Amino acid sequence: MSKMTMAQAINTALRDAMTADDSVVVFGEDVGALGGVFRVTDGLHRDFGESRCFDTPLAESGIVGVAVGMAMNGMRPVVEMQFDAFAYPAFEQITSHVAKLGNRTRGRLRVPVVIRIPYAGGIGGVEHHCDSSEAYYAHTPGLTVVAPATNADAYGLLRAAIEHPDPVIFLEPKKHYFAKEDVDLASPVLPIGRAVVRRPGRDATLIAYGPSVPVALGAAAQAATEGRDLGVVDLRTIVPFDDDTVCAEVRRTGRAVVIAEAPGFASVASEIAARLGERCFHHLEAPVRRVTGFDVPYPAPKLEHHFLPGVDRILDAVDTLQWPDSREVTA
Amino acid sequence: MSADELAQAITVARALEETGRLVPGTAAPDADALVEGYRRLVSARRLNEQAGALVRQGRLAVYPSSRGQEACQVACASVLADDDWLFPTYRDTAAIAARGVDPVEVLSMLRGDWHCGYDPTVHKVAPQATPLATQLLHAVGVGHAARLKGEDTVVMALCGDGATSEGDFHEALNFAAVFAAPVVFFVQNNKYAISVPLARQSVAPSLAAKAIGYGMPGVRVDGNDLVVLEQVLAEAVGRARAGQGPTLVEADTYRMESHTNADDATRYRTDDEVAEWVGRDPVVRVKTYLTAVGALDEAREQRITAAAEEMAASVRAGLGTEAPVDPEELFAHVYGTPTPQLVEQRAALRIELDGEEA
Ligand SMILES: Cc1ncc(C[n+]2csc(CCOP(=O)(O)OP(=O)(O)O)c2C)c(N)n1
Ligand SMILES: [Mg+2]
Repeated sequence: MSKMTMAQAINTALRDAMTADDSVVVFGEDVGALGGVFRVTDGLHRDFGESRCFDTPLAESGIVGVAVGMAMNGMRPVVEMQFDAFAYPAFEQITSHVAKLGNRTRGRLRVPVVIRIPYAGGIGGVEHHCDSSEAYYAHTPGLTVVAPATNADAYGLLRAAIEHPDPVIFLEPKKHYFAKEDVDLASPVLPIGRAVVRRPGRDATLIAYGPSVPVALGAAAQAATEGRDLGVVDLRTIVPFDDDTVCAEVRRTGRAVVIAEAPGFASVASEIAARLGERCFHHLEAPVRRVTGFDVPYPAPKLEHHFLPGVDRILDAVDTLQWPDSREVTA
Repeated sequence: MSADELAQAITVARALEETGRLVPGTAAPDADALVEGYRRLVSARRLNEQAGALVRQGRLAVYPSSRGQEACQVACASVLADDDWLFPTYRDTAAIAARGVDPVEVLSMLRGDWHCGYDPTVHKVAPQATPLATQLLHAVGVGHAARLKGEDTVVMALCGDGATSEGDFHEALNFAAVFAAPVVFFVQNNKYAISVPLARQSVAPSLAAKAIGYGMPGVRVDGNDLVVLEQVLAEAVGRARAGQGPTLVEADTYRMESHTNADDATRYRTDDEVAEWVGRDPVVRVKTYLTAVGALDEAREQRITAAAEEMAASVRAGLGTEAPVDPEELFAHVYGTPTPQLVEQRAALRIELDGEEA
């Protein structure tokens, strides 16, 4: 067990994967000598050399397209998009090729590419430096979409993503990059596609992923002081979605709030709410609520705190879950 | 960059005149090799005709013909070694066939199948690319990976004149040049992107001239001259194999038919323009030369035609039967292992289909 930041945990996962498998190569913008603008690839160029970790021309479509070709030729590229909102030039390559090549070739060419994306807000980034882009990727069949919430998960899930036979969009919550947590590097590689119950709760279930998980845990902690026992499910993987774990929790509590930073309309949060409606209806005591960002472009730092789901907004939503009078908070 | 390098990117290189005579000062090509090239040209032409007929009979959904571009189709395949890769577009069916893939398999995608038909790993031919220029980056990736692994693979990446306006064309050439990737970019400039003429794509002195901005050689050749194409492409392949990086080759050619059967070229070009190119036919040119030098007698010609007819018959037979389609294939290859959601959806479709059958 050691204390490390998420940037260090991801760096360690990259190192361990590169050591374990010669076909793993890391490339992108500024990932070489600089170690990435968030320092996630720090020292990889020095320690593994130019053939394993290298800077590319400034061209996101190029980075992803070249990664597809390298994967066709037996390599396991792990590429970095410098920021979520700068990944869009690569969108064509991601949707038309990364996501489809396996299907178009009846599985003869798979694309074991990992696209790492510094993701979401909360760092006071100026215009075009934050976005919650998960819905674009989650909506694209063929992509696996992973969003770790803890530093330990960032390590275990990235190791799994690199070993995965299919392409993975790996969303790294930026606001966690420099926060220290305990990480057990002896822990096994985590399975992709499984959610985890971060906190069991009897009264209602909060469902979150990535940067919203600690916010949900904060809300649950606050609710506990007010006599309400809220559970928290951390999805870990958005696609494939772990219906089993999420539905089991919601069927137990009968109440659910889905929390995400992304604008709510046509979002992952909406998909989850719809699934719960379809699968858990007879167990529900109240409509599933969503606490999400507003349907506005990602706001500038001066307005960001109004946009991001916070503890109060979550608890307000929980309060609307049609509690019987007997269970109304009395404290 | 020297004046010579600029000149070779702008002046059209040629070995065989339109009349079928050797350009003065050009060394005579090996006659047997050229007869083999001619055999491939005839086969490519026959494939274009056969595929067109199959569209009219409703056996193919659509066919972008390479009629008029057969010399390009044949040359880009014939200069490659077995371990090299070819990255074709929707228009390059004949090139893929020239590489040795069964044309029946190649035509799967254009028949409306959900997959590319052939196994890309067997003949080292990528699936035919439709999103313009996107495949050029994959070609660079295959080439760069080969270099990192110490393999001397060369990658032949095809695209059209219209595709040179796409961002991925630029990114691919730039990446390849920066990494000295072993890629030959081969642009078949057939003068049109559907209806849009070359003048609306670029005002550069030539498409090959674009290479100069990336720091790689650009070569412009007569795209209806098999002899010069094979020579120039083989040189570019040799450079790539020797670690000297990418080359951009532009073939000056013409799309004799409409963009596809669904298009109507009379809306945007004149018959006179098309007629001019009839006289530059790539198949006739080689035939005239070979006949003149006595390398192609009646018997040889007949054997070549018969072989092409045999290929056409096998294409007709292969596309004449409707292969059974398994609806569950919808879900089979989206992921290596279908997700729980796809397993559910597959089961739902199965129930729906069983209900229809009952
Ligand atoms: C990204 C993209 N945009 C538009 C199209 C539709 N489209 C298909 S072929 C074509 C023309 C391409 O012209 P060119 O590159 O010259 O190749 P040619 O068809 O002449 O061989 C267009 C616009 C496409 N396939 N991909
Ligand atoms: Mg064209």
